[in-house]
Order: sequence, then C-alpha cells, then structure tokens
Amino acid sequence: MPDWIIQLLITLLKGVGVALGLLTTFAYMTLIERRLLARMQIRLGPNRVGPMGLLQPLADAIKSIFKEDLTVTLADKLVYTLAPIIAIGCALTAFGGLPAGPAGSLFGADPWVYNLDAGLLALLAITSMGVYGIFLGGWASGSKYPILGGLRSSAQMISYELGMGLSVLGLLMLVGSTSFHAITNWQANSGWMIMFQLTAFVLFLISSFAETNRTPFDLPEAEQEIVAGYLTEYSAIKWALFQMAEYVNMITASTVMATLFFGGYRGPAFLEGLIPGIASWPFIWLFAKIAAFLFLFIWVRATLPRLRYDQLMRFGWKLLLPVALANTVLTAAIIAFSTGRVRVLLLVLLGVTGVALLIAFSDRMRVLWTAPTVRREDVNLTPARPAGGD
Amino acid sequence: MGVLEIAKGMGITLGKLFQKPVTVSYPEQRATLQPRFRGRHVLTRHPGTNLEKCIGCSLCAAACPAYAIYVEAAENDPANPTSPGERYASVYEINMLRCIFCGMCEEACPTGAVVMGNEFEMADYRYSDFVYAKEDMLVGVEGSLPQRREAARKGQPVRLGFKVEGGPRAELEGVTYPQ
Repeated sequence: MPDWIIQLLITLLKGVGVALGLLTTFAYMTLIERRLLARMQIRLGPNRVGPMGLLQPLADAIKSIFKEDLTVTLADKLVYTLAPIIAIGCALTAFGGLPAGPAGSLFGADPWVYNLDAGLLALLAITSMGVYGIFLGGWASGSKYPILGGLRSSAQMISYELGMGLSVLGLLMLVGSTSFHAITNWQANSGWMIMFQLTAFVLFLISSFAETNRTPFDLPEAEQEIVAGYLTEYSAIKWALFQMAEYVNMITASTVMATLFFGGYRGPAFLEGLIPGIASWPFIWLFAKIAAFLFLFIWVRATLPRLRYDQLMRFGWKLLLPVALANTVLTAAIIAFSTGRVRVLLLVLLGVTGVALLIAFSDRMRVLWTAPTVRREDVNLTPARPAGGD
Repeated sequence: MGVLEIAKGMGITLGKLFQKPVTVSYPEQRATLQPRFRGRHVLTRHPGTNLEKCIGCSLCAAACPAYAIYVEAAENDPANPTSPGERYASVYEINMLRCIFCGMCEEACPTGAVVMGNEFEMADYRYSDFVYAKEDMLVGVEGSLPQRREAARKGQPVRLGFKVEGGPRAELEGVTYPQ
C-alpha cells in the first residue's frame, strides 16, 4: 500500500476513536454530573440501573434512540434535521486538533487527528460555527420559545467570543504561535501559562462557561423563561445530539483551558525530581486536567443561579471585553519594553494585580451590569391602558 | 465583596458533597412515619374478651364524606357473641379508592372500633381488590391485600416498608409496626 493510504487510514481510525471516546465520555459525564449534583444537594442521585447506576447512560441512550422522533408541522424540515448534525459535527471536529501527547506517543502515531499551524484560531472558528446548529435549530422549529432561545444563544455567543478571543491574545504574543504544540512546548520550557496570564485565564474561564451554555450563563435554555429554549421542539435522538454537542463543547473547553494555561499534556515539572520522566507521560496528565475542569463545571452548576439576560450581555460587553483589552495592551507593552526576568516579574505582577482588582472592586463594578441602559425619565411610564385586566 | 460571596457558596456546595445524603432508599430502607399518620383502617377488639368492638351501628358510614364505608349489621348469637352488644357487623367494607383518609369514621365511632392505622402500601391492579372487608382490617392482619398476596406467592412473611417513630398510637390496641 502506498504511504498516503496508510496515513489516511490511521487518521480516519484516530478520528473515529476520538468521536467514540468523546461520545462515551459524554454518556458517562451525564451520569457523573447527575450523581455529583445530587451529592451536593445531599441526595443520592440515579443509582438504580446496574451497580451504582453505572448502566444509566446505556438506558438513556436506548431510550433516546427508540423514542418517537417528532417533527413540528411548522418546522422547516431540512434545517430542523440538519441543525443538530451541525452542532455535533462542529463540536466533534473542534476536539480533533488538540494534542493529547507528544508526537509519536500513540503506539507510534501522533495523538491528534489533525494538526494546523493556526490551531487555536481554527478551534475558535469551528466552535463558533457550532452556534449555527443552535441558532438554526431554534429558527427552524417554527415556534416562539425556540426562536427566543436561538436568538439568545447567538447574541450571547457572539458577545463572549470577543472576550474569549481577546483574553488569549496576550498568551499568543508571548508564545509567538497559535499552534497548540508550540504553546505546550513553550510552557514546558518556561512554566505554566497561568503564572504569566492569570487575568487572561480568569476571563477565559468565564467566557468558556458562556460559550458552552453552562450555568450561570445557560440563558438559551432557561427553563423558567423560555421552556427549554432551542431544544423545546426537539425530541428523541435529535435532542440527544444537541445534548451531546453541549457536553462535547464542555470537554473541548476544558481541554483548551488545560492546554493553554496548564501545560497541556505535560505534567508539573517539579514531580520530575521524585519520578524521572513522570511529566512526559502522555494522556494521563491531560485527562486529569480535563477531569478537574469538568468537575469545576459541575460544581459551578450546583452552586450559582442564572444571570438575568440583559445583565449577562452587559457583563460581557462592559466588563469582560474592556478587561481583556486592557490585559492585551498591558501584556503587549510589557513584552515590548522588557526582557528576561523583569518581563516575567512584570507579567506575574500584572496577572495578580488584575485579579486582585477584579475581586476588590467586584461590588463597585456591579453597577456596570445592574444599572439600566435606558434612563427612566425618558420612558413614558404610564401605560396606554390600565394595567391588570381588560 | 461579590466574588468572595461566590467563593463562600462554592465552599458550601463542596462541603455538602462529603455529607451523608438524607435520601431514604424507600423500598429497601423503611420510611419513618409519625404516629399521627392516617393510613389504612384497623378494626380493633376488646383486649380482655377478644370480642370485636364494632357493634354495626353504621355511624362511620354516615360520617364518611366520601361514602366509602358499607356496613351490614346482624344479631349476635347469645351463646357465641362476636361483639359485646346486641348486634355486630356481619359485613364491614371500606372502598380504599374512595376513602380520603380524613379520619371522620374514627371520630364518629362510639366504641372506638374503627381506628386509622399507619399502613399506606395498598397499590394494586384491580378495582375490586381495593374493597377491604372485615377480615382484611381486623387487628392481627398484617399488611395490605397486595402485600399479603405477594408474601404468599414468595412464601415469605409480609414486609412493611415503614416504621413508626415511637410506636403506634394507644388507640391501635394490639397493632404492632416495625420500629
């Protein structure tokens, strides 16, 4: 066989492996999330199907596949069917570019599906394409709550995409490349990125919660306001595909955070003194970091209530974006005007001061998103007809 | 400060993660009921003579707001009486599907014969199986109709899925519940 066919087959195999792995992780993630949420609410959680409820994901999958697949009369059939496929397709594609270990560590093959020089840019582009799935799904349902959910999600994703993109600019300037390999190697030499870009990490974390539609930013599916948002008219396997996309996005966001700020697939360097070579073990470190971030996602969901929609938008535009911009400008200045140890010291100082200021002024800044944008005297408060009953 | 409040909340949820869950795994573990809980009726007997307290007066049926009780009275055999009075209930039926467990029969009863017990596990498949007769409710009969049927099928004793904190009320003479 010619070499390119073998390469193609290996890549195909890896792609299928990643897809299957992600979907299994999604299935068990739902169980782990339900169990952890239950324990945080002093309940037991699902423990009936199989030992400790371990077969619950299987039961859920069988149920999803064999349920009646409803289509609304007013729905645009083609787009309605295509939307969940777009969502899950983009979510799965985005994960493929993330390296899980050094080159050649997967039985001689490279532990990633594709490797682009524009790694981070491509990932951000693909994940934002996933919004189309949600938005088109909401629009094609031909019903009012889904379209509200779809509009909310597109507005929210566009707003937080900016904060997210801007927060990693400083990091990209430091590394000088958007390739995940370059970023990981840079961190292996200089130490984890979170030390130099603490503020950026905080902003990226908040944006990730908004990008993956997780609490406290899960406005597109706010049950109390718009039923289930864009999911309202979906059932059976299409609904499951949307859920899959959400969880895969969450896993991707965790992996990106681990890769950008926590050294990627490499373990902490100080452990090298105890067991030589431990930091270079592939997979284990990345999986541990992903698990830690996934736990954080669940933990936050168990704790925080949902934001109000207008406050969510103002929070993104009035706080996240300016702070990310300031961080970028200051990082650029530090890189331009200092070198060596002074640069490291200044970057650490910038990160710590940024976070300290954000914490210290967290009450003062609340005005930014709680104050109404429209001045009250401009609004005619007397209603056209008496309120309450016709 | 706002962010610190969030951190405090996160700390609370993390702490609860390591607390023992308060869930009662009901069919396996027994649910705890209070003695005042009104469940299936019990027809009590006089402690010494072992005669039925019910004299078939139908006052419970008259008091019942859901018309769930049917009583037919008959004369006692003087040589071998069922109840201490002149008459006794030859038929005493309560339709558990109609019963709203308000306890007004218990209040109306002049002899304290019908008492609300604590049993509540009466789910069954047929309408006719919900009409409980005298022999289903007299003191000493443990478990509901479906529970007894299930126990007979498996050859095991009836297992009640609850316990009563502090034991059953004093009016439930001779009734024992797991504790």
